[in-house]
Amino acid sequence: MERNTNSSNIIVRLFGSWVSYMRKCLFQVLSVGPVPSHLAFILDGNRRYARKWGLGEGMGHRAGFLSLMTLMKYCYELGVKYITVYAFSIDNFKRKPDEVQGVMDLMLEKIEGLVKEESIVNQYGVRVEFVGNLKLLSEPVRNAAEKAMRITAHNNRAILLIAVAYTSTDEIAHAAHQSCLDRKEGVIRLSDVERHMYMGVAPDPEILVRTSGETRLSNFLLWQTSSSLLSSPKALWPEMGLRHLVWLVLNFQRVQPYLDTTKKKLL
Amino acid sequence: MVSSLQIRVGLGLPEPHRSSSVDLIKQVPPPPRALSSAKHPLLRESMPRHVAVIMDGNRRWARMRGLPVGSGYEAGLGALRRMVELSSNLGIRVLTVFAFSSDNWFRPKVEVDVLMALFDRGLREELQNLALLANAIETTKKNSKLHLIIAVNYSGRSDVVQACQKLAVKVKDGVIEPGAIDEVAFERELGTNCTDFPHPDLLIRTSGELRVSNFLLWQLAHTELYFTESLWPDFGEDEFLQALSSFQERQRRFGC
Repeated sequence: MERNTNSSNIIVRLFGSWVSYMRKCLFQVLSVGPVPSHLAFILDGNRRYARKWGLGEGMGHRAGFLSLMTLMKYCYELGVKYITVYAFSIDNFKRKPDEVQGVMDLMLEKIEGLVKEESIVNQYGVRVEFVGNLKLLSEPVRNAAEKAMRITAHNNRAILLIAVAYTSTDEIAHAAHQSCLDRKEGVIRLSDVERHMYMGVAPDPEILVRTSGETRLSNFLLWQTSSSLLSSPKALWPEMGLRHLVWLVLNFQRVQPYLDTTKKKLL
Repeated sequence: MVSSLQIRVGLGLPEPHRSSSVDLIKQVPPPPRALSSAKHPLLRESMPRHVAVIMDGNRRWARMRGLPVGSGYEAGLGALRRMVELSSNLGIRVLTVFAFSSDNWFRPKVEVDVLMALFDRGLREELQNLALLANAIETTKKNSKLHLIIAVNYSGRSDVVQACQKLAVKVKDGVIEPGAIDEVAFERELGTNCTDFPHPDLLIRTSGELRVSNFLLWQLAHTELYFTESLWPDFGEDEFLQALSSFQERQRRFGC
């Protein structure tokens, strides 16, 4: 009996290694063409996923978190350096208090998990940045976020930007405010505005992905995605997987020449 | 430089506005055609108040037909006229069209000249036509009034930077405290503050490009985006009704 369990474990591990190997081969093929350096995701569809599968309240967000970890792994294996995710919008505070509290509790739990030894963050050398109006968060969540940023500050191989208590209009108004404080003589340049954006730590994303088929920006990265390719796969966020990522990159490679030419003209 | 030209089309008392615009009265057209076709049932009460359009694909349209680029832009102008009439009939209040962007100055000089000449001529003709009709005012029960905004040499990012600049000057002059700069204060300085409905409910982009290309930025926070493969000169009533139908099917949550 025990021998059977051992041998089935070995088979599962071997299969897992084979799948991983095939995936890396696939990524090597994809890397022959241009690979985006920064992908931004609006994680839409967690609640719909929970309703679709009859899961309990909040389980949709947990499924979404698992999906995020998997997709992060794939992106970093492919060579994407920056990933930005819209975890919680300032507008989301208007949801039911129970739901907001549930999401905050989940965030606290997951942020603390992110910086543990065995987490993907350490495995891939990921620096974590929280972008948004962090003052709007409760103290435990804000402290956990600041601690995670401190602990991972030395990591350089990849960067994960988590937008919490964020909206683009808030970010721009904040940048305007800071620029006015900086430039008392009253002359503001483009570089002043960009410098004071929460997202100033990363280049603009090449692709913005919004899952669950909705095509709108919902006040996310309005400044940074002015020239980005927009993608709205019908899959709900917890359903996003390898094939969606591959399709995304192939589409990007198809239109990349236009983006390059436009960027050269604007420089 | 950020600029826009506005034209009010329709009946009724002109609404007060801050920036300069040409207010012209257009005679009400014959009773509007059916609001919907069997394929696109539409509800007047769910019509978007403000529709924005990126009129892309004029050059490709001309190239595909072996015509000079100027013909593409002529055809594009025709499509715009159709769109204005349709929007007015459907009760849309504001129509913003993206005619030319700062980026477009990098196109070949000959093409830029053609564009500018066409734009100039097209505008002159329209203004003449509307001025003639200004003398014949007719009131009807349906007060259809359309505010047309043509964005010329406009860039969403430039608009944001100029708004920051205006605020900085106000801070320097002591008109406003830095601490009072919030989203409401910021929005007042944007180029789109000239209309009652500055935020488009629907943005349509033709010719299959899946990006916003720096047309409007702040104003698109909760706008529903609609992309179509049709080239702009081919974008007609059917395509427009399809876009509106898609808009009416969406569930807008405004961030919640």
